[in-house]
Amino acid sequence: MSALLRDKRLPVLVTAILFIAMFAGGASRYQNQNFLSVQVIANLFIDNGYLLVAAIGATFVILTGGIDLSVGSIVGFTTMLTAWLVQQQHWPVLVVIPLVLAVGCLGGYLMGYVIHYFEIQPFIVTLAGLFLFRGLCLVISKESISIDDRTISKLALYQVQLPGGTFLSLGAVTSLVFLAAAAFVLHYTTFGRRVYAIGGNEQSALLMGVPVARTKVAVYTISGFCSALAGLLFTLYIQSGDPLHAVGLELDAIAAVVIGGTLLTGGAGYVVGTMLGVLVIGLIKTIISYEGTLSSWWIKVLTGALLLAFILLQRVIGSRGRAAPLPAR
Amino acid sequence: MTNLDWRAATRHRLFWPVAVLVALLLINVPFTPGFFAIHVRAGHLYGSLVNILIFSAPIVLVALGMTLVIATGGIDLSVGAVLAIAGAASCLYISKETDQNSLSGVLIAVAIGLGAGLVCGAWNGWLVAGRGVQPIVATLILMVAGRGVAQLITSGQIITINSNTPFGVIGGYWLGFPFSVLLIAVMVTLAVVLTRRTALGLLIESVGGNAEASRLVGIRARRIKLMAYIFCGLCAALAGLINSSNLSAADSNNAGLWIELDAILAVVIGGTSLLGGRFYLGGTVIGALIIETLQNTIFTIGVPTQTNLVFKAVMVIFVFLLQSPAFRAKVFRRRARPSAPAVADAAPPATLTTSEVGR
Amino acid sequence: MAEPQPVLEMTGISKQFPGVRALSGVDFRLLPGEIHALLGENGAGKSTLVKVLTGVYELDEGRISLNGAPVRFSSPLQSQQSGISTVYQEVNLCPNLTVAENILLGREPTRRGAIRWRELRRRAAELAARIGLELDVSAPLGAYPLAIQQLVAIVRAVGIDAKVLILDEPTSSLDRDEVERLFGVMRRLKAEGVAILFVSHFLDQIYEVCDRMTILRNGQLVGEYPVTELDQVALVQKMIGRELGELEALTGHIRPAVGDPLVETRGLGRKGAIEPFDLSIHRGEVVGLAGLLGSGRTESARLLFGADGADSGEVRIEERKVSLDSPVAAIAHGIAFCSENRKTEGLVPDLTVRENIILALQAARGWTRPIPAAQRDELVAKYITALDVRPANPEAKVGTLSGGNQQKVLLARWLITQPKLLILDEPTRGIDVGAKAEIQKLVVSLSEEGMSLLFISAELEEVLRLSHTIGVLRDRRLVAQIANGPDVTADRILETIASGAGT
Repeated sequence: MSALLRDKRLPVLVTAILFIAMFAGGASRYQNQNFLSVQVIANLFIDNGYLLVAAIGATFVILTGGIDLSVGSIVGFTTMLTAWLVQQQHWPVLVVIPLVLAVGCLGGYLMGYVIHYFEIQPFIVTLAGLFLFRGLCLVISKESISIDDRTISKLALYQVQLPGGTFLSLGAVTSLVFLAAAAFVLHYTTFGRRVYAIGGNEQSALLMGVPVARTKVAVYTISGFCSALAGLLFTLYIQSGDPLHAVGLELDAIAAVVIGGTLLTGGAGYVVGTMLGVLVIGLIKTIISYEGTLSSWWIKVLTGALLLAFILLQRVIGSRGRAAPLPAR
Repeated sequence: MTNLDWRAATRHRLFWPVAVLVALLLINVPFTPGFFAIHVRAGHLYGSLVNILIFSAPIVLVALGMTLVIATGGIDLSVGAVLAIAGAASCLYISKETDQNSLSGVLIAVAIGLGAGLVCGAWNGWLVAGRGVQPIVATLILMVAGRGVAQLITSGQIITINSNTPFGVIGGYWLGFPFSVLLIAVMVTLAVVLTRRTALGLLIESVGGNAEASRLVGIRARRIKLMAYIFCGLCAALAGLINSSNLSAADSNNAGLWIELDAILAVVIGGTSLLGGRFYLGGTVIGALIIETLQNTIFTIGVPTQTNLVFKAVMVIFVFLLQSPAFRAKVFRRRARPSAPAVADAAPPATLTTSEVGR
Repeated sequence: MAEPQPVLEMTGISKQFPGVRALSGVDFRLLPGEIHALLGENGAGKSTLVKVLTGVYELDEGRISLNGAPVRFSSPLQSQQSGISTVYQEVNLCPNLTVAENILLGREPTRRGAIRWRELRRRAAELAARIGLELDVSAPLGAYPLAIQQLVAIVRAVGIDAKVLILDEPTSSLDRDEVERLFGVMRRLKAEGVAILFVSHFLDQIYEVCDRMTILRNGQLVGEYPVTELDQVALVQKMIGRELGELEALTGHIRPAVGDPLVETRGLGRKGAIEPFDLSIHRGEVVGLAGLLGSGRTESARLLFGADGADSGEVRIEERKVSLDSPVAAIAHGIAFCSENRKTEGLVPDLTVRENIILALQAARGWTRPIPAAQRDELVAKYITALDVRPANPEAKVGTLSGGNQQKVLLARWLITQPKLLILDEPTRGIDVGAKAEIQKLVVSLSEEGMSLLFISAELEEVLRLSHTIGVLRDRRLVAQIANGPDVTADRILETIASGAGT
């Protein structure tokens, strides 16, 4: 029992069980509405691909013990900038995509730089980022810009066929490929292990020769990149730019990360857990839409309740893990 | 001598906040004739300054509660959501009344709103002090769920009410005097009396300054923290009532959106460190006024209002960079070297005091 | 015999901190294939020198050369890459990573950019086995007790192909067997030509394993000596300098008279901290606790104060059974506790001297009953004068005071509450000589006034001089309680610590 409680994978397991239970519950409740199909799961990725990418960025940051509040604003700004450049400036999509990704990276890099070199709390710096990018959205336009560019529509409607008649959107595929890449980076590269080391004990990591400065700045740059990529996926999903797109998305991203079992204090967690967290949040949305009578506000309440449950679970695991040290041989 | 007085004045912790506030106010003068004038029109107090005070009421109140929470070494991200819940609960009750202007009905509604704030504050306090959850995490829960709760209360609609006399007074005028300004005065006084006339302030600063030392000295830190969060919830609820009274409505989507960020900013501008410890209620009030005046100034000097957030972002960065010992060390060292050695001599004590503020 | 070329040479090293000159003009050299002790009291500059060498601090003046070539480190990474590895006093590893990763972080075997996990674990296990440590390297480090984590840190340091190995008090959390194992490894590395810098407080260990030693005092070099040419007494004198004489004034202050029992413990204990112990403290009695670092001195004091919860036994105060489950409860029974960690467990650095002094009294009164300003100022002024706190400014921020004055502020904080039992954990550590003597005098006069004291110190002389009864601890066990008298000497206490047998 104590070995199970100590296992770092336990929270991810709990989330997986939760997801399966919720899915099974939904399947039995909505038997006549075709809930039990692979496409329902595929739709989870289609509808939440952007959230998954944003949450992966947040996972990197949270693993180092930091936090990034600018996620939603960068996503919103990316939709705005893309829509403006494509729709009103008639720039080619292939130029716009790398450009907005570069803008996201730059934003993340600057925030990371200030956080590390001027020793200002990440909370505050990314808060300034939240204001800045949301403000820049409004500077571009106060109105929503809908996109009818042919390339964008084509990309948005592109479907990847899977065996059994299910399909995924380009956004969903991108997010899954990105997930695999992030998992590889975190678990199989030295950079990834440095991220964990910093989250475990930044001072020790420094003394162990980890280039803390570079790694931390890189992590925020990655988060900026993820936000911009999520913004692009969101643009594809919704085919418009709007200064109020993705307000508060950072909260969903952080919630997904925590529900996925990552410690907010840093150092422990998996992107696969983050994916499960996103799926659980997505499934709440799906079930509520199937339910029909429940208002969508329950999504926030339920997400909050799950957040509470997982934070309390983390505390139980944390205290048990410390109480029973392994025997010394 | 006067030189020394001047230097002592600039060292005072409120000097820069006040200077910034005054500068912001002065910028308004060429754009708004009679900016500092205050008249009585139709038995009501009017003027640009009065307006700024009225509009700043929610930020001042929320920042006031936030100051105490931050001083204990915590943070409350849920104030915006609590504000929305309180407004929603009160407005829902009034909207169900047959006579929306009945004083007793409005009083019950106010009590419901404030009660909701107290409950939310107690919930946050229980998680932080009772369960030992990190404040940022604990209050994140209510920040996420709270807005959902507010929207559930209003069923996602904007509840409009029609209670001009009793409820409208909260955000309006009472006997010709802006009631919300009165509320600010009462709450600031309450906070000052509560913390400085009793030992609460000292104990809060001790808990925030060194939690373990405070435990070993026999301070019941849980109780102290719980009180700070409850007070913060109450302040947020009051701000929610003012907000709803101004609008004659409860808008769960937008009420108090990002106010937690404004409030935190106000607290830090006022000189309280985000890491807890020493707190300055007067500084917080000035910090909140600076934020409101900035927004007002952006509007009056004719800059498009949509750039408001960009200005705010620049201000956040500016304020925190100035308070960052690392930034000062890097920037001022570079500048100090080529200049006269006297500057270099003066530098260490200056950086020492700011590093203490920064901490 | 000609000395070989030093592998490491530091000359004229100076390092200044705001208000403190931590090192001034220190020379230090390390020969290949030697174990070299760096000695000095707390605050002598040992850890500053180590941190300069490892690139944690940048030096203000002086030169460092490695194998004859000048080097300059601005980060631990640079120092590590030049072949200088360090094991610090606290375990500076990442508890969330696996043991294997901790051993090989930064040197992970990779293939085309991907870490080869199996290879990583194999190599880590191999390196651990080199010092006889067998453990599951795939378990997170945090799952192991501190001593094992310390050994892992050594495995990591040894694993790097080190020319210079710095061991900064690595033995403080190790038991005897583990120390022996470490010494074995040190000797083997020495034979391989590695230069080892060894920092330790345990003099016996230094005489057991070291070849030469360098002594620092107050940030200055005292000298460099072969271990065989300086006996322990001479060594201690060089470390302490003139201080010995100034403390003489207090010797012979052993007063037999003590009153009724005040506090009695029966089988009080806590797993992993201190074995159940029986101890009684009488009115006006000074009970000294002697024992090595980590022997359970602090742990037993913390149980008496309720800072940690006991899991067995009971405490009686004035013959009534009481429950000391929290500091609040202990304070209510008239117990006060000055922690050894002034900064982390004592002071609130942002608050003023006055606020720090009244904190305990105010906490006891509760927040609704502030101490009236006039009474408060009078009390504070009285204790500032009585204890000679400098500067005598109640408005000064306590964080800006010197160590000795900070200690006095903490003493004032508790004295103001007029406790029946005052627990002092290392009250004289790291403070200047003058303040040290004053605090010792204060202990004597408090006991004469009828207060009971539990006095913990790493310095045997101090314990001997001040205590009526001496409790001797060893390996987390109270092994003996010795009534102080003319026949009780430091040697006898040391013998008890060493043998673990009560007399």
